[in-house]
Amino acid sequence: MNLTAAIAERDPTQLPSKRDEDWRWTDLRGLIRQVPAASEAVDPRDVGQGPFEHLVDASFVVANGRSAPSLRVEAGGSRTVALRFLSRGDGSHGGEAAIVVAEGGRLTLLETYEGDGGGYLSSAMLHVTLEDGASLERIVLAGDGADGVSVSEADVRLGAHADYGQTVLLSGARRQRIETRVAHPGGGAKLRLDGVYLLADKRHADLTTVVTHQGTDGVTMQMTKGVVRDQARGVFQGRIVVAEGADRTDARMEHHALILSDRAEVDAKPELEIYADDVACSHGNTVGALDEDALFYARQRGIPEDAARALLTEAFIGEVIDRIGHEGAREIVRLWAAERLRA
Amino acid sequence: MLTVKDLHASVGGTEILKGLSLDVPAGQVHAIMGPNGAGKSTLSYVLTGRQGYEVTRGSATLDGEDLLALDPNQRAARGVFLSFQYPLEIPGVPALTFVRTALNAQRKARGEGEVAAPAFLKLAREKAAALKIDFEMLKRPLNVGFSGGEKKRMEILQMAILAPRMLILDETDSGLDIDALKIVAEGVNALRAPDRAMLVITHYQRLLDYIRPDRVHVLAGGRIVASGGPELALELEREGYDKYARAA
Repeated sequence: MNLTAAIAERDPTQLPSKRDEDWRWTDLRGLIRQVPAASEAVDPRDVGQGPFEHLVDASFVVANGRSAPSLRVEAGGSRTVALRFLSRGDGSHGGEAAIVVAEGGRLTLLETYEGDGGGYLSSAMLHVTLEDGASLERIVLAGDGADGVSVSEADVRLGAHADYGQTVLLSGARRQRIETRVAHPGGGAKLRLDGVYLLADKRHADLTTVVTHQGTDGVTMQMTKGVVRDQARGVFQGRIVVAEGADRTDARMEHHALILSDRAEVDAKPELEIYADDVACSHGNTVGALDEDALFYARQRGIPEDAARALLTEAFIGEVIDRIGHEGAREIVRLWAAERLRA
Repeated sequence: MLTVKDLHASVGGTEILKGLSLDVPAGQVHAIMGPNGAGKSTLSYVLTGRQGYEVTRGSATLDGEDLLALDPNQRAARGVFLSFQYPLEIPGVPALTFVRTALNAQRKARGEGEVAAPAFLKLAREKAAALKIDFEMLKRPLNVGFSGGEKKRMEILQMAILAPRMLILDETDSGLDIDALKIVAEGVNALRAPDRAMLVITHYQRLLDYIRPDRVHVLAGGRIVASGGPELALELEREGYDKYARAA
């Protein structure tokens, strides 16, 4: 399995398939018989503005995979940067970006996936390095088109005392997957991995994370919430590995989903693999309907049913959005989510 | 104000209310007392339109308007308010946001304009002070982590802000110590008005020492089996529900 090669060589046999354990709910091999031809270049005038443009000091665009930006924050520096992956048309493309935050530097990375109505196949690969004491807050709005297939993978390496926070929001696509793999050194490095998926129609979204604790005294906090309706399907796979010797690791994973229709589906696989001693690891996982008692309570106070449902579902995911540190981005994310819940 | 005639209602196919009739005129406070399982909570849910409570016969009207034909939120907009025996926790929604959303939804349904944030905050601050509720608490998610007494006070606060016409209090005294009970009762008494009616549902007479009813009804076996003045509550406290349970 090698998505990049599958696209470069137009070879469907190299697409991830259900034989790959981590891809069994997002089987691309079974979906795509023929890898589309390479995507055409995008006219720079057709790029428009992203949702975060007014908050950032620089903006990078990867349109149909045609560039590979390299972004560096110098030691002690601080930047707020937009990174936009655009997909246009029916072709296939792979893009990548490299991000380094040097010692003591700070980066707010506001990342978007913006698709049109095309049947594209898109792959994005991010290489993220945080040196000692660096911090990064990554906020992702994945808004692909309904017919697109979009996969984003990030490899994250943390230095000692690094602080990495991530909030990913997905609205799904024909297939949409955001995967984050973090090598956690322990020893004062902090990791927060949050996610929200809001899915309607026949959209599919897959949020996959793999965290490997390699040193002692590491902390990981993870909270994911999903709302699915119609015939949509949400996938959450969260794996936390605590390697031998990574003692006193503190890792908490929560995943909660609301299913708002009979034909919607959520597949969740929280996994803790622990090979160390004296660790505090936990996971909580619930999938259910909206609380009918709370709904009646709100209606008894005069709130009409649709508004009451919207209020309760917005509040449900609000707990995740509230954890976003960057205030301006947090409010944009909140509006983005509210629009998708009310649509 | 509220007129209930020959009301029959079932839950999951079991008939709980079996011909209940009741008339609560404007300006009056009526108490409904009865043993466990008599149908007290069922009555409050049927009047407010909770799903799963099926009316099979009879009627309930508010100033002549058929309540049973309305959605729960429409009944609320007409002025029906239920203070829940077990108020729900609403995670993620600050109490102030919840009440303001409710107030403006009711006003919209009545064709009235929205209350702007500053005016609403002033109103909430004033009512919270009267009920000895710390204003900071209203910024927290509604009822989440609140004690039983705090939840009940929050119900009365919502009642004071929404200013309903027909108040139904379901076991409002349960879980309250005597100090909290006095504060809650004062809050309720402050809402007594000639154009308002109240239905106070309780198992114990204690609450009625503080919220003095004009009439007391005994609910047993799904019907009102006796009605009288406040002295009836004292008799029930002394002698229990046995004789009425048998009569039902």
